[in-house]
Amino acid sequence: MGSFKLGKMTLRSLFGKPETVLYPVQTRPMPEGLKGHVSNNIEECILCGICQKRCPTEAITVDKKAGTWSVDGFRCIQCGACVRECPKHSLTMEPTYTAPAATKTAFTMNKPQPSEEELAAKAAEREARIAAAKAAKAAREAAKEQDA
Amino acid sequence: MGKATVIPFGPQHPVLPEPLHLDLVVEDERVIEVIPQIGFIHRGLEKLVEKRDIHQFIYVAERICGICSFGHSLGYAETVEDLMGVEVPKRAQYLRVIWHELSRIHSHLLWMGLGADAFGFEALFMHCWRLRERILDIFEATTGGRVILSAVNIGGVNRDIEDSELYAIVDKLEGIRGEYHEICNAFVNDYSVASRLVGVGYLSQEEAEALCMVGPFARASNVAYDCRMLGRGGYGDLENFQPILSDEGDCYARVKVRAAEVEQSIDIIKELVSKIPHDGIGEKSKLTPADGAMASNVLEQPRGECYYFARGNGTKNLDRMRMRTPTSQNLAGMVKALEGCELADVPNIILTIDPCISCCER
Ligand code: SF4
Ligand code: SF4
Repeated sequence: MGSFKLGKMTLRSLFGKPETVLYPVQTRPMPEGLKGHVSNNIEECILCGICQKRCPTEAITVDKKAGTWSVDGFRCIQCGACVRECPKHSLTMEPTYTAPAATKTAFTMNKPQPSEEELAAKAAEREARIAAAKAAKAAREAAKEQDA
Repeated sequence: MGKATVIPFGPQHPVLPEPLHLDLVVEDERVIEVIPQIGFIHRGLEKLVEKRDIHQFIYVAERICGICSFGHSLGYAETVEDLMGVEVPKRAQYLRVIWHELSRIHSHLLWMGLGADAFGFEALFMHCWRLRERILDIFEATTGGRVILSAVNIGGVNRDIEDSELYAIVDKLEGIRGEYHEICNAFVNDYSVASRLVGVGYLSQEEAEALCMVGPFARASNVAYDCRMLGRGGYGDLENFQPILSDEGDCYARVKVRAAEVEQSIDIIKELVSKIPHDGIGEKSKLTPADGAMASNVLEQPRGECYYFARGNGTKNLDRMRMRTPTSQNLAGMVKALEGCELADVPNIILTIDPCISCCER
């Protein structure tokens, strides 16, 4: 028994560097895997709505008709369920926290509408596919008739 | 002998950040009867199983307690895995135990700090919490969260820890060990700590057994019960696990048991890291619990045994989920330990059971 058992440690911290940082003037480095906020690579997203279904806090809203995907950073609990479940892997967890704000607002992203040319290209592609399928079917039927 | 007076204690009290209310019946300076009351912050989390499916409920279970958050997600996941007969790869089991033992270290350090604060040793409080931050840094680096980790899923874990990182964690813990010894030296050998805690709040082994105490509180009264002995998951592969006991039964013994458990946890992590297998971390199970299937499970939380029960109903939601947390087990013992103590010792005795009233009121 005795007293001042902590003397050495206390003296050390008296002359050492402080343990705390002067937030917000100074900040600590964020580790790579930090769960800060969810972000979406909207180009990849197909607006399937799986993330909305899996989210335990109903923070995500997907509107397929309007082509929007939005997340409410103030509802989100950074569980990462949406990131793991997205079939297109378009969601990522970024290592920075949502900034403080006076009002709680959701962050909305618009899926870029495809341009005329893209639409035309897509339609042409579809038609080509249909034509190819039709040709294949005709060939199959011809083969069958030959067999018979 | 003076007249009996009732002194209300809590639910808001400087020494106790927990919403616990006690009616202390005192005669002069001595407490002769204690009537506890809880229920100020009931949250109805168990009811939420009806709204959140089995995978979403992990994040609810985690929020039962801010300190043993990882433990609750682990206990819940293990119960649901039993319910559906899911096999978890060994590596995932080891990682779960490693995180769980890290939470025990941080919980005990937090508690030691609060204990020091309660008997007025501010410097010791600060140093305990300073060390605790190191553990939280490990959590942050390995799971991305400091308190709520969201690292477990039903069937495995969400993130792997690289082997090199695991060795770095062990090195870090070994580094902490030196400073931790200095802190323990203050707890165990300092005259002022002993003068506040020795012989205070004594509970004999018979009383502890009769009142079904759990956790370090029971082990300080020589009750040899620790759920880790049951050897579930990674615990089954430990060479030799012995619960830490003391037969003194007072507040001082409870401090010593917890102080030794931190070292034990470091040793467990070290041992598991040295023999961790590489068979994957498992993936989220696609099963749903069968109608009427039931499973129960116990897990040694930092505060003691926590019991989980789940019943399925054939859908992706559970029919019933029940947790019984260690503090609700220990309240009866706390009341017993308080009887006959000095009024000034009340905060110390309450703190040495490490109460987590918020856990009690899911
Ligand atoms: S799950 Fe992925 S692809 Fe589907 S809506 Fe969400 S972000 Fe888009
Ligand atoms: S991280 Fe979790 S809470 Fe946040 S949006 Fe994704 S699923 Fe919802």
